[in-house]
Parts: sequence; C-alpha cells; structure tokens
Amino acid sequence: MLRQASRLLSRSVTAGSSKSTTARAFSTEVPSTIDSTFVESWKKVAPNMDPPQTPSSFMKARPTTASSIPTKLTVNFVLPYASELSGKEVDMVIIPATTGQMGVLPGHVPTIAELKPGIMSVHEGTDVKKYFVSSGFAFLHANSVADIIAVEAVPLENIDASQVQKGLAEFTQKLASASTDLEKAEAQIGVEVHSAMNAALSG
Amino acid sequence: MASNAAVPFWRAAGMTYITYSNICANLVRKCLKEPFKAESINREKVHFSLSKWADGKPQKPVLRSDAPEV
Repeated sequence: MLRQASRLLSRSVTAGSSKSTTARAFSTEVPSTIDSTFVESWKKVAPNMDPPQTPSSFMKARPTTASSIPTKLTVNFVLPYASELSGKEVDMVIIPATTGQMGVLPGHVPTIAELKPGIMSVHEGTDVKKYFVSSGFAFLHANSVADIIAVEAVPLENIDASQVQKGLAEFTQKLASASTDLEKAEAQIGVEVHSAMNAALSG
Repeated sequence: MASNAAVPFWRAAGMTYITYSNICANLVRKCLKEPFKAESINREKVHFSLSKWADGKPQKPVLRSDAPEV
C-alpha cells in the first residue's frame, strides 16, 4: 500500500499545478465568516427565506491560540464508556507515548502521540493522579488543550498484582512456544502489557 | 519501494491497530480486582443478530452473544 504512496503524491501535485492552483488554507487559519456573495445571490433568488446554515455555524468556535503561553493545561481525558476528565485545568500531564514518557506543559508544541500501555499522571499543584492506560492517542493542540483518548484506563489501585504476575508468566511461555507470526505478535503484546502493569505497580 | 517507517511488530504480523488496542484493553481488564473486573467485562459484552440478505429478503438471522476474550 505504501509503495503506491509516492506515485499518488506526485500524481496529485502535477494535477494541481496544471489546473488552477487553489491553495487550500488549513481550517485553523480560515476565518469563520459566512460567504457574503452566496448570501447576496440567495437573497435575490429567495428573499423571504433565510439562507441555509452550514455545520460550522452550529459548532462552538475553536478556542484561539493565545499569543502568550497560558498558565494551565486543559485536559480532556475520555474513554469509550466515560469521560474521565472534561476540561480540567492542570499544571502538567505525563503521558506514556510510544517514544517514552512525555511531559506535557501548557504551551506544548502541537503533537499527536500514540500511547503505549503505561502510566498517565495528571499533576495539579501537589496532587498527582495516576491511571494505567491500555493504549490510545493524545492530541496536544496549540491552544494548550490536550485531548487524551484511551480504550481502557484504570487507577493503579484497581490492578491485581498476582494476576499480573500470572499473566506475565503465561505470555512469556506463550512467546517461547509460539509458531505463527500472529501467535508471536499476540504473545508479544501480552508480555508488553503485563510488564508495563508490573512496572506500574512496583514503580 | 520499501516502507518509509519501521512498522510496529503487530502490523508486520498482519494485525490492525484496532485489534491491537482491543487486545491490550482486554488484557488490562482481566488483571483488575473484583468488583471492577466483573463490571468491566459486563460493560463490554455485545449481543447482536446478523442476517444476510438475498432477493430483497433477509435470510435466517445468526444471533451472536460475544463475551470479549483474547
């Protein structure tokens, strides 16, 4: 699939340059104004009806990027079945990204990070709240809003250490005896998740 | 042409991200203490009925009650 990527990319570039190049701005840069020429021509045709609204008029305006770095980070931490933190203002969060534990402060460069199984900690003053996250993504926006989504996130106290040890032993053994690629991958995932839980409980 | 980035081991083995993520979540759920474990497994149960269509009519439906398992 990726072999075609360079061909597709070069094809779209040449097509764009041959036709009128409409350089499309990013959605963050386009001001949310209603198209006045459309509204005028609508009023000529149907003066008694209101012009149709677009979906963006129903949405809340995207928070603007402040010119100075805000003092607090706004965190939205959601799970498929619950909204764990919604618009909470905190000082820092540390997320378990695949590239390592990442500390997020207000004014962090916009990033999309894939999360690996590990501990996520939310720091508010002297309060630290820790969750074990199974996997997910973290979207850090320019306006110091962090959207963290995970499939499963539990406070560390809810994890049973003996089950973790059992699982780790079981999957290490499965990894040694696995034959197909898929079995190996599943066993490897098991080992990774259980080692992460083990480290979380002991660290 | 070789792939641009190093693919994760699970993708190299033919697994999609969703499968990987669900496996991770199931493993974490299995290691919870009671009553959290029972609650979470209960939450993730699905029950659905699947019917294939032929000639504009639904055929015999297949009922599935999947409790999540790795």
